[in-house]
Amino acid sequence: MTISQEDIKKIAYLARIKISQDESILLEKKLTGIMNLIDEMQKIDTDSIEPMSHALDINQPLRKDEVSESDIRKKTMPLAPEAEDSLFMVPQVIE
Amino acid sequence: MLNLSLKQLSQNLNDKTFSSHELTEFFLSRIKKYNKQLNAFITIDESSSLSMAKMADDKISKGEHKPLTGIPIAQKDIFCAEGWRTTCGSKMLENFIAPYNATVIQNFNDIDAVNLGKTNMDEFAMGSSNETSYFGSVKNPWNLDCVPGGSSGGSASAVAARLAPAATGTDTGGSIRQPASLCGFTGLKPTYGLVSRYGMIAFASSLDQAGPMAPSAEDCAMLLNTMASHDHKDSTSIDHKKEDYTTNLNHPIQGLKIGIPKEFFGDGLNASVQKIIEEALDKYKKLGAELVDISLPNSDLAIPVYYVIAPAEASSNLSRYDGVRYGYRTKEYDDLMDMYFKTRQEGFGEEVKRRVLIGTYVLSAGYYDAYYLKAQKIRRLISNDFKQAFKKCDVIMGPSAPSVAFGSGEKKEDPLAMYLQDIYTISTNLAGLPAMSIPAGLSSNLPVGLQLIGNYFEEGRLLNIAHQFQLSSDWHLKIPEGIS
Repeated sequence: MTISQEDIKKIAYLARIKISQDESILLEKKLTGIMNLIDEMQKIDTDSIEPMSHALDINQPLRKDEVSESDIRKKTMPLAPEAEDSLFMVPQVIE
Repeated sequence: MLNLSLKQLSQNLNDKTFSSHELTEFFLSRIKKYNKQLNAFITIDESSSLSMAKMADDKISKGEHKPLTGIPIAQKDIFCAEGWRTTCGSKMLENFIAPYNATVIQNFNDIDAVNLGKTNMDEFAMGSSNETSYFGSVKNPWNLDCVPGGSSGGSASAVAARLAPAATGTDTGGSIRQPASLCGFTGLKPTYGLVSRYGMIAFASSLDQAGPMAPSAEDCAMLLNTMASHDHKDSTSIDHKKEDYTTNLNHPIQGLKIGIPKEFFGDGLNASVQKIIEEALDKYKKLGAELVDISLPNSDLAIPVYYVIAPAEASSNLSRYDGVRYGYRTKEYDDLMDMYFKTRQEGFGEEVKRRVLIGTYVLSAGYYDAYYLKAQKIRRLISNDFKQAFKKCDVIMGPSAPSVAFGSGEKKEDPLAMYLQDIYTISTNLAGLPAMSIPAGLSSNLPVGLQLIGNYFEEGRLLNIAHQFQLSSDWHLKIPEGIS
């Protein structure tokens, strides 16, 4: 599996990471190397195998739908790069 | 105070031979003396640590002493600790002050242990040499030109140099055991779900597990008693009966069946490491154990599978760093999209970006079945290999890492060579099994770790087996020269 410049452009867009031209050229070789390592998986047949998404195959526990956390806005809002009152500020998205 | 076990420290605190304040000052002064060379800590907050020590002394004077009360513990900078800067080794969280405590931190606070500081680590726990940290690489106290391993490299360097009597770490593919091996002390990755992940910054959620790092198995047992807890704030936390991991340390290991997987002794294992591992196994035979040949036939696929699953989960977990609610935001941007793109370009380091991109690729339309689903199926095969193996043995042993500590910069530009560091550790994360690394000897004055893998929830048994080895060896008590 070769990762092309076109692939990098596509996945960088999906991942919302800006990649410079120079970075992209370096990435091509390294990502291709990693994908070749990953492709080792294709050598075995897994048709009848059940996928394993969790180490212990446990079920998701449920809890009652009750308020359990107090209002922690006073603690968390000051962590925002830009905030006003209790709102996170971002560049305008709606005209 | 330098080389006392946690049990001895606790005894001395209770007997008022020294106070927690004195003990904490002692380690803070060692950090001041050695941290410039080692770079093991990212954040030290002397006044917070000392005020915690004072509180512990108050508790002790009132007779409310618990086993770890007043003992300073270095915390990996992946755990949120309220009021403490918590960076995860990343520029993205350079100025992030945690607004709440991780459950692991809370558990230590509840018994009045002292937070000695936040230790350096590979950025978002992605690395095996502690060279991907935004806060600079960490040095191995056994040889300052060598890496300490990773990702819990700061905790490892701190414990090895006795800048802390004990530390916490996290292990997604070997990040407790490989640095424990390279720095010469004891590290334990518990069964997945035994220790809560709440407030532990996520890398690959189905693999991440926190655990203790300290000189001996007995120390680790005491730490695990505090760290392990069922937590409704972590939906993958297991409701496992509370155990005292120190109870069975002294059980005899006569008749113990040790499985030796042939796949762990093939090409790629350094010859002098192999010799030391074989000597350790001989020692176990002398202690009454029996060696049994076993096979883990799919273990060569552990690395390929891991480099699908871990990046896939990471690409999802790290999508939260968008420059809106907390963390780094780029200085100049034209619009919202531009802000996201530049924030993530500037805030993440190279290795993190590589893994996010790989994760995005394997999850993207058209590739999901070929990569992610395929990896999950092989994960089942790897897990089944262990199930078969444990029918023939009680514990599995082999090397923790393929070599001793390597030179700084040696593998930094070659991700594939770096990934091979975790060749013997990754499969247990995929299966969710508990595993340890214990010091087994020195090769060219660099430590070698023996890995012990147990069945689910057999931490007590593993610690017992490790403790029996340490009763008749002193590798775990060795301190690198020039540090004491």
